[in-house]
Amino acid sequence: MGWESWLISTFARALAYGTPLLLGTLGEIYAERSGVLNLGIEGMMIMGAYAAFVVTSKTGQPWLGVIVAAAVGGVFSLIHAFASITLKANQVVSGLALTMLGLGLAGVLGRSWVGLPLFTPLTRATVPGLSAIPIIGPGFFTRQCLLAYIAMLLVPIMWYILFHTRIGVTIRAVGEDPATADSLGVNVARVRYLCVVVGGIFAGIAGAYLSIYYRPAWTAGMTGGIGWIVIALTIFAFWNPVYGLVGSYFFAALYFLAYRMQMWVAPSILKAMPYVFAILILIFVSRGTLQKRMGAPAALTLPYTRGEE
Amino acid sequence: MMSGSMTDGTEMKTAASPSDCAIELRGIVKRFPGVVANDGINLKINRGEIHCLLGENGAGKTTLMRILYGLYQPDAGEILLTGVPTKIRSPKDALVHRIGMVHQHFRLVPTLTAAENIILGLDEGTGPFLNIRKVRAKINKIANAYGLAVDPQAKIWQLSVGQQQRVEIIKALYRDADILIMDEPTSVLTPQEVDQLFSTLRTLVDDGLTIIFITHKLDEVMEVSDRVTVLRKGKVVGTQLTSETDKPSLAKLMVGREVVFRVEKTPVHRGDKLLEVTELHALNDRGLPALRGMSFDLYEGEILGVAGVSGNGQKELAEVLTGLRHATRGRVMLAGKNVTNHSARKIAAAGVAHVPTERITMGTVPNMSIRENLVLKSYRYPPVSHGMFIDYRYAKQMAQQAMKEYQIIAPSDETAVKLLSGGNIQRLVLARELSGDPRLIVAAHPTYGLDVGATEQIRQILLQQRDRGAGILLISEDLEEVMTLSDRIMVMFQGGVMGIVDGAAAKIEEIGLMMAGEKQGVSASAQSTNAKVA
Ligand SMILES: Nc1ncnc2c1ncn2[C@@H]1O[C@H](COP(=O)(O)OP(=O)(O)O)[C@@H](O)[C@H]1O
Ligand SMILES: [Mg+2]
Repeated sequence: MGWESWLISTFARALAYGTPLLLGTLGEIYAERSGVLNLGIEGMMIMGAYAAFVVTSKTGQPWLGVIVAAAVGGVFSLIHAFASITLKANQVVSGLALTMLGLGLAGVLGRSWVGLPLFTPLTRATVPGLSAIPIIGPGFFTRQCLLAYIAMLLVPIMWYILFHTRIGVTIRAVGEDPATADSLGVNVARVRYLCVVVGGIFAGIAGAYLSIYYRPAWTAGMTGGIGWIVIALTIFAFWNPVYGLVGSYFFAALYFLAYRMQMWVAPSILKAMPYVFAILILIFVSRGTLQKRMGAPAALTLPYTRGEE
Repeated sequence: MMSGSMTDGTEMKTAASPSDCAIELRGIVKRFPGVVANDGINLKINRGEIHCLLGENGAGKTTLMRILYGLYQPDAGEILLTGVPTKIRSPKDALVHRIGMVHQHFRLVPTLTAAENIILGLDEGTGPFLNIRKVRAKINKIANAYGLAVDPQAKIWQLSVGQQQRVEIIKALYRDADILIMDEPTSVLTPQEVDQLFSTLRTLVDDGLTIIFITHKLDEVMEVSDRVTVLRKGKVVGTQLTSETDKPSLAKLMVGREVVFRVEKTPVHRGDKLLEVTELHALNDRGLPALRGMSFDLYEGEILGVAGVSGNGQKELAEVLTGLRHATRGRVMLAGKNVTNHSARKIAAAGVAHVPTERITMGTVPNMSIRENLVLKSYRYPPVSHGMFIDYRYAKQMAQQAMKEYQIIAPSDETAVKLLSGGNIQRLVLARELSGDPRLIVAAHPTYGLDVGATEQIRQILLQQRDRGAGILLISEDLEEVMTLSDRIMVMFQGGVMGIVDGAAAKIEEIGLMMAGEKQGVSASAQSTNAKVA
């Protein structure tokens, strides 16, 4: 049964590589739904990765690493929140700056950590019950990182909050029409800050996943453009967590398959993929009508000032 | 204050105001850079009345109501609610005092459902969770009580403008408003929807609500209000019982002089066919169909008015005709030549002038001077330019001539356009667009937001152009304007032509039905088929 094991390994790899994509996408969906485009995912992710690696190395506690990474991602995202919400700076510029800052900072700080092994990475777990399902079980629910299961579980929760609670109504209203939300007493800036920070926390956790589980070692630039793919996935997911899950795993599967075909596909093309995505995104965000047709939040990238409509 | 803590709210109300004055505004002043929008306004609104605020565009009506709703803070003056001086710092405060406002441009989030819009920002004591069934039940209860039928599950963008307005009213009532401010609510409605709105308002007043109704239309004042306050240039010029006044005296108060209601118009001299539009299709910004197979002709020397509730494809039609939007199907022939999907520059060169809706963002470059704005279309060609260079001396002459001819009032031709008033900007746009005697003029809302004097002038200019032999497509939401100026009237609904009627013989009821989507003559022919069957 060659195709079965082929399918199982594809699923397993899709989940493993798809998890940081999914985490990042979930966070970015919230930020963008509130009207803030954060191109700083890559920067927040690598800061999270660095923090998780250092904390785990020093304490031997990988979960402490995850928590610190989440905090670092959240705090780091405040730079973008402050610039784009309070100072009303151009979100593209501010987000790009955050990415460069994160990559640079983590590169410098992490120099002495390069090449050191990590003795206590996150461990694998198998979900009882679900793992018994043929193909799906061994594919998705066997010997994966606990974070992968948490990310999966977060999808329906994040979806429900966004589409079926007051919080979700408020977030979407702020991203679509901040003046209306404001006129009904919603604190637009606060909602946006919270959403950007949620995005930062998720990116930080995604970084931790990379540095203390996926490749438990520190190398500069180890996020390898995942942040850019996240931003593309956010668009392809139509800003919906459920499609975010589909997109993340699907992309990860494709990536894995392409990787397997390395004899035919030049590795440099694979490496270029995130950057091709980045360019496509920049084209997208600068094309107003295209955005509207995709159903982007109407106030995406637009700072809000009361009385200016 | 003391007694307030000892007694309940209703008792305090009666104690505080033996009279039935719900709101009193005293000496309200609000300045914006360059204008005093409200200049010492005193106004009393009685409980349970429909009080009209009447005034021209720019009189300060919206500003005053935004102050009452907490969106602006007054520079001076105070607000008394049932006799108690009250500070309203934000819309949230206004809601606490049970004041609701339906804005002229609706405050609805298009991608959310009606129900979601209605509960946005509310805290109903259920934490983050939504009991959507309870919300819907409450909405339906309000809707049934006041004839405000809407589907709570529908997304706002799927609703007609009239339905959206109902959502706005429900939104206020859902928050238990007992004072309802409506800012020019009828400007987006068909005549039939207006009737429906008025009957809703009367039911609300019967239930004890107080309604402030902003308008600049005299008919509406006479029809719906108990009392009327007239504003002019930021000041109150009079408050009267509606039953004790009439249209001419209100008009005189509003404008400050006698008003001629009809413009002088010579009989039409229709020339050759100028524009022939066949089966035109186009998409709107969201990629949804905006024009769905429009066909019509326009002749030289006539004004073809386009009536319709806003958002039925008028904007897209103007853009396709002027080369700013791609037609997905169909054909546009200008004087026998196919110009479908030609560029804006080519179409302009073929003699099409465009007076756009957005006169500031689309019609001018606000940071550039009057002179530069005036040559925006001709700067590429001699005599304004020679090769790469612009002859600024010539441009200056041309600009000064245009300023004199079109009465653009400004310190000099180098004044930045953003510093001009609306009327001057519109005259500038006309001066530029009409230079070189265009064959076709596409004018969208040419008098929107202008005062009476400027409006008259602009209308005269359009009539002169028509008499010169230009064909004019006049798009306007002001039905009165369409009916006074047009030789023929075309009614648009959902991107299609519902019918074209003769301007002189047009009846407002007929146009109203077409604006609501009924095809011309359908009811008549339906009757005749019925007769046959019988
Ligand atoms: N936010 C604002 N900033 C500057 N000027 C304003 C603003 N709002 C209104 N105005 C000016 O105040 C005046 C009154 O406007 P408005 O209250 O909207 O009049 P109305 O509702 O009677 O048409 C106008 O001259 C207008 O240009
Ligand atoms: Mg107004």
